[in-house]
Amino acid sequence: MAKMKSLVCRECGKEYPTQAMHVCELCFGPLEVKYNYDEIKQTISRETIAQGPHSMWRYHDLLPVEGAATVGPHAGFTPMVRARNLGAYLGLDELYIKNDTVNHPTLSFKDRVVAVALTRARELGYETVACASTGNLANSVSAHAAASGMRCYVFIPGDLEAAKVLGNLIYKPYVVEVEGNYDDVNRLCSEIAAEHNWAFVNINIRPYYAEGSKTLAFETVEQLGWRAPDQVVVPMASGSLLTKIWKGLNEMKTVGLIDRVTTRVNGAQAEGCSPIATAYKEGRDFFRPVKPKTIAKSLAIGNPADGYYALKAAAESGGAMDMVSDEEVVEGIKLLAQTEGIFSETAGGVTIGVLRKLAKQGIIKKGDVTVAYVTGNGLKTQEAIIDAVGRPVRILPSLVSFEKTFKMGKNGQGGA
Amino acid sequence: MIKVRIPTPLRTLTKGQGEIEAKGGSIAEMIEHLNGAHPGLKDRLCDEKGELRRFVNIYVNEEDIRFLKGKDTVLKDGDEVSIIPAIAGGA
Repeated sequence: MAKMKSLVCRECGKEYPTQAMHVCELCFGPLEVKYNYDEIKQTISRETIAQGPHSMWRYHDLLPVEGAATVGPHAGFTPMVRARNLGAYLGLDELYIKNDTVNHPTLSFKDRVVAVALTRARELGYETVACASTGNLANSVSAHAAASGMRCYVFIPGDLEAAKVLGNLIYKPYVVEVEGNYDDVNRLCSEIAAEHNWAFVNINIRPYYAEGSKTLAFETVEQLGWRAPDQVVVPMASGSLLTKIWKGLNEMKTVGLIDRVTTRVNGAQAEGCSPIATAYKEGRDFFRPVKPKTIAKSLAIGNPADGYYALKAAAESGGAMDMVSDEEVVEGIKLLAQTEGIFSETAGGVTIGVLRKLAKQGIIKKGDVTVAYVTGNGLKTQEAIIDAVGRPVRILPSLVSFEKTFKMGKNGQGGA
Repeated sequence: MIKVRIPTPLRTLTKGQGEIEAKGGSIAEMIEHLNGAHPGLKDRLCDEKGELRRFVNIYVNEEDIRFLKGKDTVLKDGDEVSIIPAIAGGA
């Protein structure tokens, strides 16, 4: 029997075959892959996983593809960094950074979801792929499409960071810049997807695509020595990543890889676009869409499709949600760089900013095993911090100039 | 007349048409009118209480009606309405 049973509507439970579709025809609810866990349980074990490739594909049994990975074979299995310096600063004894700033090949967690989406799209017979993106997804789809010889269209908002635009163009997809924000791009792409028979990774391929995010949870558990953490902090745009990390943790228990999951799943947003965190704070189980205005452009989704499920995951797990200002985002980026040597994009600044807040408020406690997800690379969002990092010290190419500038004593402890 | 774009999941009710014309002075009236011409359509868009289902997004001239007046958003001749299932991107 196949490991995938069907697609099932998260709202009304109606089942569909595992084809390229994402919406329930009856109630418009999102479709999700239903697995044959009893079967998976028979074959999966810590040992078989450990013998697998050094990529996210070591968890192939729990991913929604039938055959081997044909796209993105090297994605995932990024470092889990024990953050002693940042932990000491925040008063946390056991803090880890899951470092997806170095994911292969396009330096964000999107390489995980795209590897799954494009492998599945090929299985379903597609030759053209497309996406609506705040940047990182487009970069990853462009690169993977180039490597696998697929035709590619990426749709991005008109105000993206230069590196995220360049990071598409270099792979030569069709790059379509839409005059509007991400929510406008998303709406337009939904209409385009209805007219063209393409694999739109975050539209008709979404049930498969989104599952790739679970690998962040799987790796977390394995890298912590087969235990689920006490606390995780996850950045939220649509809410999909947080929802899937919660699902991934629970799946590991379902298939018998770990005995218990007592993880609190915490969500992080930027103040200028915080429909989910605001709903949490106001005690609502529904969100009100907003018009985003934040430097954290990769999280600037005002109409978060998985917002309901993110709120539900936080509630089920006993997690919290919070938001930070743009200044705190920049502070968060600098703090992570200067304590752990990891240069994150703005979304990571949001995560670290909220981690800091939750630690300060005692919501995350000193002894909690805590994992913060840093999902994209700082070189892609240089505009956000360019005025906040100072300038190089400029000197003449002479020893005198150097010594004069740094007033270096014999012990070498001088300073500019 | 109002031009309404119909998403794929609802095209079984519109004989495969992706774009249809409708009448009505508001979104609520438009839905009633659509349901008259294409029976069953209202049930797909609205729950038992008659409220729009939470994964249904409706736009008037590209603007989300939740930024306007929801189901009471006023429609006039020549307006374009899109009905779109919620979709995700980003993180």
